[in-house]
Amino acid sequence: MILDGAREVDRIELSGDRDVVRARRRIADRMDALGARALRKTRFVTAVSEVARNAVVHGGGGVMTVYAFKSARIGIECRDRGPGIASIEQALSDGFSTTGSMGHGLGGAKRLSDAFEIDSRPGGGTVVRMLGSL
Amino acid sequence: MSSAAAIYPVEGVLLVSIRDDITDTDIVDLQDALSERIADESANGVVLDISGLEIVDTFVGRVLAQLTSIARLLDAETFVVGMRPAVAMTLVELGMYLPENRTALSLTHALAKMRQMRDE
Ligand SMILES: Nc1ncnc2c1ncn2[C@@H]1O[C@H](COP(=O)(O)OP(=O)(O)O)[C@@H](O)[C@H]1O
Ligand SMILES: [Mg+2]
Repeated sequence: MILDGAREVDRIELSGDRDVVRARRRIADRMDALGARALRKTRFVTAVSEVARNAVVHGGGGVMTVYAFKSARIGIECRDRGPGIASIEQALSDGFSTTGSMGHGLGGAKRLSDAFEIDSRPGGGTVVRMLGSL
Repeated sequence: MSSAAAIYPVEGVLLVSIRDDITDTDIVDLQDALSERIADESANGVVLDISGLEIVDTFVGRVLAQLTSIARLLDAETFVVGMRPAVAMTLVELGMYLPENRTALSLTHALAKMRQMRDE
């Protein structure tokens, strides 16, 4: 698991679109405090925005946990108890959406993070973990 | 629409400034409000100032592209100004090229380009 050895430092409830804004603000502020470079922060916070929105829109709400490392990295875990994803491969491909939106979010988050893990199965909710460097 | 976005008329152009804490709901409301105002005020152009946005994700990117298409149908040209370099690089990585959007470095540049287009 990519969050092994990390310490939990924050937890953000995700139930509506205001919480998506709150999640990206809290993670951007933390990355600023840790001295992250502008591009690295923008990339990771954009990835956070995508997975947080997915938890709200597709997962019916969830929780994002933020992790700190001893090294120059930050991690998040986004967990929901929604319907899960039937085909992760399909969900990751650009243009695939079950709601008629862009379908670039999940694959985009994977490209924008330094490490990406997803656990999901139909009926079993979805967990996404990501790492970003500072 | 909440205070997360504001629309100001300047020289026949609607200047829209978008704040970083804008929610998905707010930006969809902005799309409605702006479409109405372009028609009501017979605006020649729209300038979307996104210098306040630290990130533009796929949702906001899609709305920016749609705003441009709507404005064009209403005979108004749209310029996006103030996109941060990190935002541009991230949008490309997301596969969001926003081909419909014209960009300008600043509001002054956008207004000058629009005047030029009108004079041609
Ligand atoms: N947390 C989630 N729970 C259930 N399904 C999800 C979740 N995240 C993503 N998906 C599925 O993966 C698809 C692709 O996601 P994404 O690339 O973010 O595109 P979009 O959100 O625009 O549909 C979604 O349409 C949805 O079917
Ligand atoms: Mg999405």
